Amino acid sequence: MPILDYLWIIPLLPLLGSALNGLFGKNWPNKVVNTVALGSTGLSFVLAIEAVREFFANGQQPFRREFVEWIVAGTFHAGFNLQLDQLSVVMLLVVTGVGFLIHIYSTGYMAHEGGYYRFFSYLNLFMFFMLILVLAANFVLLFVGWEGVGLCSYLLVGFYFLRKSAADAGKKAFIVNRIGDFGFMLGMFLIFRTFHSLDFSAVFTQLATLPPENMGQFGVLTIAALLLFVGATGKSAQIPLYVWLPDAMEGPTPVSALIHAATMVTAGVYVVARSHLLYTHAPSAMYVVAVVGCATAFFAATIGLVQSDIKKVLAYSTVSQLGYMFLGCGVGAFSAGIFHLMTHAFFKALLFLSAGSVIHAVGGEQDMWKMGGLASKIKVTFWCMLFGTIAIAGFPPFAAFFSKDAILFAAYNSEAGGKTLYAVGLLAAVLTSFYVFRLIWLTFFTEPRYDEHHVHVHESPKNMTVPLMILAFLSLTGGWFALPALFGGKDYFTDFLAPVLGSVEAAGTEGSASLEHTLSLVAVAAATAGLLVAWRMYTKGAKQGPSTGLHKVLYHKYYIDELYQAVVVSPLVWVSTNVLWKVIDVGFIDGIVNGVGTVSRAIGDTVRQTQSGNTRSYAVWVLVGAIVVFAIIFWPILHPALFGEVRP
Amino acid sequence: MVPTNYYLILSAILFGLGIVAFVFKRNIITIFMAIELMLNAVNLAFVAFSQSLGKPDGEVFVLFVIVVAAAEAAVGLGIIILTARTRRSLNVERVDLLKL
Repeated sequence: MPILDYLWIIPLLPLLGSALNGLFGKNWPNKVVNTVALGSTGLSFVLAIEAVREFFANGQQPFRREFVEWIVAGTFHAGFNLQLDQLSVVMLLVVTGVGFLIHIYSTGYMAHEGGYYRFFSYLNLFMFFMLILVLAANFVLLFVGWEGVGLCSYLLVGFYFLRKSAADAGKKAFIVNRIGDFGFMLGMFLIFRTFHSLDFSAVFTQLATLPPENMGQFGVLTIAALLLFVGATGKSAQIPLYVWLPDAMEGPTPVSALIHAATMVTAGVYVVARSHLLYTHAPSAMYVVAVVGCATAFFAATIGLVQSDIKKVLAYSTVSQLGYMFLGCGVGAFSAGIFHLMTHAFFKALLFLSAGSVIHAVGGEQDMWKMGGLASKIKVTFWCMLFGTIAIAGFPPFAAFFSKDAILFAAYNSEAGGKTLYAVGLLAAVLTSFYVFRLIWLTFFTEPRYDEHHVHVHESPKNMTVPLMILAFLSLTGGWFALPALFGGKDYFTDFLAPVLGSVEAAGTEGSASLEHTLSLVAVAAATAGLLVAWRMYTKGAKQGPSTGLHKVLYHKYYIDELYQAVVVSPLVWVSTNVLWKVIDVGFIDGIVNGVGTVSRAIGDTVRQTQSGNTRSYAVWVLVGAIVVFAIIFWPILHPALFGEVRP
Repeated sequence: MVPTNYYLILSAILFGLGIVAFVFKRNIITIFMAIELMLNAVNLAFVAFSQSLGKPDGEVFVLFVIVVAAAEAAVGLGIIILTARTRRSLNVERVDLLKL
């Protein structure tokens, strides 16, 4: 049975698991909930591998099929169309693979939490929507997944909904994403208006024949590309809509790893890469993508330098790394962006899960200033996290070395402002290296700063450490697809994606091998610099000093939240309270509703006077009625008789 | 043979008397009888037309009217008896519990 013909089963299995756990899981023991949740995602992973095997067996022919007709309205047609091409293959394996590992990890991490079934129900639901997103063959179905993962993000960020901060963070994530989704929808409408279809293949086939809009020329394509990018900034936490992601750390740590690091937040990058033809036809939009990505990479990294909450550091790191992916896409190296997306999924999931393991070990503490000296006590976690740290810092031969290198190389070679983008990206790489090693030192080295009498540090159970080890292995090897390229060979990853993304890649990859080697060395030097600075500053266990000057600004995240509060939220609340509520709602809408009531009452009061209750008056009414009926029936006779013949 | 007009005029007079009694009388039984009178005035008109047109339709209608009148009499007299029992009066103006 070729699984490709039943591709819909892959997303549907997690949905089934979610429904089972959500509807009946409440009374089930944890073991049964585990079986359902892990079984459905695990099976989905196995089927995904089988589907990919068939994909290769078919000679990498892109697979497209409409499984169910969905919306038909006039000329508009959208179906439950799934497709599997090279890009989807990468995403599919990352989502199901990393997702499955995080499911396993969660069985350990969440073991003692309330709402166990609820957690897994949401997590499975997320898998369903994410798979829909990456397998969708048209913008409409993609948008279903897009919104669905947003919903699951909301549900899972607010998982501990009794804590107000968690509930607020969930709302913030949802509302900020709405802004992006609005742009995304407008982009879709514009695409439909222009191409009369929302099918990827139909849209991109027509696009390919259009002339590109030159730099600085604003046409429909540029606007559509920018609108889609607005959606991407929301979902993928880029400037100016990144503010929800750090707050989203209120959710359980596996959620941060799965949704807010490995998969959902990369949806924006996926959409940009998927619509790469649109972007290459709109260089201005691409430039915007590159600049926003680059700025975010640097900006978020600076905030990450001084955070004390271990998860917040990683959250800003995620924002920063997503910025790299957009930088890659923006300079035309879409496959490099996707490459970084994949390696990031490995090492950032690893970092988050390790952080979760650390938090688990020290009894729920997230402040790095209350950790320290854990390396010898939780060895497995330490080594796994070190792998992730080295990977993200970009030391060879770990994964991010290859992917980040590819992005920076492409940035350096890009035509518009390439050197500046490269410089800022490189600086962000130094900062990245600094903040992750700062995290390592504060957490695992230096003297313990927690209360050793009350906190009993313990290594996490097997079901948590095994996924860590697998992810550590992937963080090491995930970039080796590009290994031969370093020695003048082929970059297998780019080659693999070439049928989808390749045709536009040619410009970015031209460049001598020696230049590439030089840039690699510079990148490693940058990572080393960050490492050394962190080592000098924290190896002796720096004290958490008073926050002043620049440090204070960074610690308060440039006061962006306060700025948004003052500029956006407060005016909105004021207008909602004083205009929308007190004038429009109370005065206008309630006025209409109450007015209808008052008028009806008045009419009723008048008319009911006729209901006197006096039988004889009813008799008169009957008589009057009879006369009226009589008059109407005989009107044609009566009229000339009473008023004379009217002659025209 | 009596001309049809005569029947119709008699019918109209009877009907008019019925209306007057129906509107102005206070005794429920009288009102009830006024209704019967109007029905029978109509019956008279029906049979008059039936005769003059030579068709049986009017007579059939009369039979229906008589059946309805009988049913009405059964229900109406029942109501009158109950009214008389509960109110110790047949004055229609005393039946005013539905008044505001």
